Amino acid sequence: MSQLLDIQQLKVDFTTKDGYLTAIRDVSFQIKAGETVCIVGESGSGKTVASKSIMRLIDYENGKIADGDIRLNDVDLTQLSQRELRAIRGKKMAMIFQEPMAAFDPVFTIGNQIIETILAHKQSSTEKARKRAIYLLQRVGISDAELRLKQYPNELSGGMLQRAMIAMALALGPDLLIADEPTTALDVTIQSQILQLLQELKTEFGMSILLITHDMGIAAEVADRIIVMYAGGIVEQATTLQLFESPHHPYTHGLLQSVTTIDSDRSKKLFSIEGSIPGLSDLPSGCRFHPRCPYATERCLNEAPPLLDVNNRKSACWYSEELVKNDSWKKPTLQTTSDLQRPRKKEQPREKLFTIQELSKFYPLGNRTFSGTSSFVRAVDNVSFTIEKGETFGLVGESGSGKSTLGRVLLQLEKASGGKVLFQDQDLSKLSNKELRETRKHMQMIYQDPYGSVNPRWKVGDIIGEPLQVHQSLTKKEKRIRVQELLEAVGLNKNSSERYPHEFSGGQRQRVAIARAIALNPQFILADEAVSALDVSVQAQIVNLMQELQNDLDLTYLFIAHGLNIVRHISDRIGVMYLGQLVEIAPSEELFKHPAHHYTRGLIGSIPIADPRHQREIISIHGEIPSPANPPSGCRFHTRCPAATARCREEQPLFREIDSGHWAACHHPA
Amino acid sequence: MTLISKALVRIANSFVSVLGSLILVFCIIYLLPGDPVLSMIDPSVATPEMIENLRRELGLDQPFYVQFVEYFTAILHGDFGQSLINSDPVLPKILMHFSATLILTLTSTIFSIVIGVTLGVLSAIYRNKWIDILARLVGLFGISMPTFWSGILLILIFSVNLNWLPAMGSDDWKTLILPSLALGFVGAGLIIRMVRTSMLEVVNEQFIVTLRAKGLSERVVMYRHALRNALIPAITIIGMNIGEMMAGTVVIETVFSRQGIGRIIADAIMAKDLPVIQGVIFFSAIVYVIINLLVDLSYSVIDPRVRRSH
Ligand code: SF4
Ligand code: SF4
Repeated sequence: MSQLLDIQQLKVDFTTKDGYLTAIRDVSFQIKAGETVCIVGESGSGKTVASKSIMRLIDYENGKIADGDIRLNDVDLTQLSQRELRAIRGKKMAMIFQEPMAAFDPVFTIGNQIIETILAHKQSSTEKARKRAIYLLQRVGISDAELRLKQYPNELSGGMLQRAMIAMALALGPDLLIADEPTTALDVTIQSQILQLLQELKTEFGMSILLITHDMGIAAEVADRIIVMYAGGIVEQATTLQLFESPHHPYTHGLLQSVTTIDSDRSKKLFSIEGSIPGLSDLPSGCRFHPRCPYATERCLNEAPPLLDVNNRKSACWYSEELVKNDSWKKPTLQTTSDLQRPRKKEQPREKLFTIQELSKFYPLGNRTFSGTSSFVRAVDNVSFTIEKGETFGLVGESGSGKSTLGRVLLQLEKASGGKVLFQDQDLSKLSNKELRETRKHMQMIYQDPYGSVNPRWKVGDIIGEPLQVHQSLTKKEKRIRVQELLEAVGLNKNSSERYPHEFSGGQRQRVAIARAIALNPQFILADEAVSALDVSVQAQIVNLMQELQNDLDLTYLFIAHGLNIVRHISDRIGVMYLGQLVEIAPSEELFKHPAHHYTRGLIGSIPIADPRHQREIISIHGEIPSPANPPSGCRFHTRCPAATARCREEQPLFREIDSGHWAACHHPA
Repeated sequence: MTLISKALVRIANSFVSVLGSLILVFCIIYLLPGDPVLSMIDPSVATPEMIENLRRELGLDQPFYVQFVEYFTAILHGDFGQSLINSDPVLPKILMHFSATLILTLTSTIFSIVIGVTLGVLSAIYRNKWIDILARLVGLFGISMPTFWSGILLILIFSVNLNWLPAMGSDDWKTLILPSLALGFVGAGLIIRMVRTSMLEVVNEQFIVTLRAKGLSERVVMYRHALRNALIPAITIIGMNIGEMMAGTVVIETVFSRQGIGRIIADAIMAKDLPVIQGVIFFSAIVYVIINLLVDLSYSVIDPRVRRSH
């Protein structure tokens, strides 16, 4: 196969207020025709810059190619003018992005935007272009293509928009499709559908794919070859099989160990790479990974290792060859050192902390002044379960399943439309405002984006100390001491209270949020997507911290997340929600080993598996979650269920115990 | 909701606004100190009896609500009363002058939109280039210069020194140019700023990257896509601005000695000529409400998210 894309020694600079900043350097790689190459890396690795440089889109963002060349079909893209590039962009190479919602112009119809692309590159009548657009939309699995053509982006779901995005990218049959985290913003069910679609289209359109991702599972599933980037450079490049069988660079090694899988041992702490990713403006000397590398030596501090050929692949580490011979390196997942052992939970007769009875939350749907009818979005519909003291209850489901709403209603941040929430046998809805404030002390929250929920102009000490001020009368000195204690408890320097949130990394900010949450010694913490925005290596650190705190402070968690593997790891029991209802509850292991509800089975089947040797049977769920304003009759899942029968369409299944502690609402459990 | 039902709701709301402004005006004037009757006849000559008679004639001896109801029913019949000064009926007078003011407002608005949008867009596209600096200067002057000052300045330059355009009067289209410039300048300043900021915001949106990645030319990206998005917030400013401009005519019509509603109301306030004041305010409120209605509806035309909300 010939090289379609050939990048040599690429270096990209960005102009900033304080001069030049080099975002990536010495990046060289090739893509053959028909090949799928993945660039994996965490935030700040330069993977997105690399992809945007190929399209020369960095030119519009104060970036410039300082060195090196990029050849597409032997044309050096770095030498072309913007005008010449325009003829190639969208035609020979196309790109799809992470946020399909943000990637379409909101004031033009989908059809308009696809047709516009075709007409920009081809002499064709509008009518022909329209036909082509309809064909493309149908091909990417959008039903009612003709109707969709006339719709605006806000009228389509995220998954649908990403399909439309793909249709637009394929409009002119490009040789290279660059996909920058194309499924990160989507639910795992939709992610699995989109990845499958991309695979099919690749063969059909005879193109190559460059996929940018942070998810090793996705890389394992789709890539022929994987490029690992760290802090602006390539650290390892190998075929997918090679990389997963025997990573050669300590960073890759660490990344693979950080991956939580369906079969990883829950009794152990998650593996995490120490420290955090350096910023571009203060890159470490020598090997840029050395501050976090357990194998670093004097030499690594001073000399930067080049990307060298080792055992038929490339790795940028001085010691790759020796390291891979090491026994402890070979079997990374079987490490059983005692410090990796997760402290055992005290077994005790569990009392109930929360009892939720037939809880519902409806939102009125617009006000129909003229039509006179009013309908409701049934965000949470008749949900009952309990949360026991000291446990972690996980809640999973696609977006639109109502899991976040359930969390908010639980804490009385929103009023329930029906049913009861008992906290230690006390009906929360019956409390006066003052009593509720008192009780709130025992219930805290951590959100996905800690930066968004704190005042950026406050010092960290004040952010953590605020709840103390509101609820407790401490002297200044007592407060300061308490804040220091809290900082230490979450693994931050106790002297950091004078600093501002923006001086911290994402992981550290989440630690600050946790410190604030535990300031009043609460009994319960709601963690809503608390680790979802973090990089894999940091995610593990935060999960470990949460588990340590749980043991030390006897906390109870409600852990809401869409990352199923993480939920599996941290939770004792898991509830699965679909369209506002709980469809299954089971102990964590049991749920993943023997899912009874077909929705749960589909969810689990959609998780990409970080093992290229394991070709999973695809049981992904087709279609998308229906509107909660108008849920299907009978079993709400019947429209997507592979096992649905006539009975499922008519009769709503009861939520019943099918095994001890294992509940499911299905007529034909698996 | 469909576009039509939406428009109906808006129109119903507008009626409430007009009624509200009517009540408000009536109350304010009722509570204002000073007796209108005394400003009509010289108290040193008139006997108390004459004053009493006049007051009864005008219905001013009635309780507040009776006065209001009478006033309101009269308005519904198209009767805005007579001027207290010269007994002219109010309605024809207002209608005659209103057209002059409306034309001035319209030309000023068009001028401010054309200048404002053009300079705003150019200044965002050529950020920190000379045209951006020029546009921002124009914006700054427009916002900070009082209209009577810029009006006099324009007269000095174009009438007195260059003798190109007439300085006063309201007879032909030439007399419109200078006042429209003076008035439109303020609006232009606001619009430049608004369009510039919202353009700069839109240009950083993700979809702009997509458009470029599709291989569209910068011209299409900027003028077809970015501009249309940037105009959505700018429309609000434009709408508000038209109202401001109507208010501004009071000053400008005086400076340029033009006919118009601004002049009438200035005179009427001096003379406490109640029916005229009420009439003018009522009409202004109606025009204001209509403009807001149009602005709102134009949103739905330009922004599909408003047109077909889920
Ligand atoms: S070169 Fe040194 S610091 Fe860098 S990865 Fe290899 S061992 Fe670690
Ligand atoms: S009740 Fe029927 S439709 Fe619902 S999950 Fe079970 S088998 Fe599927």
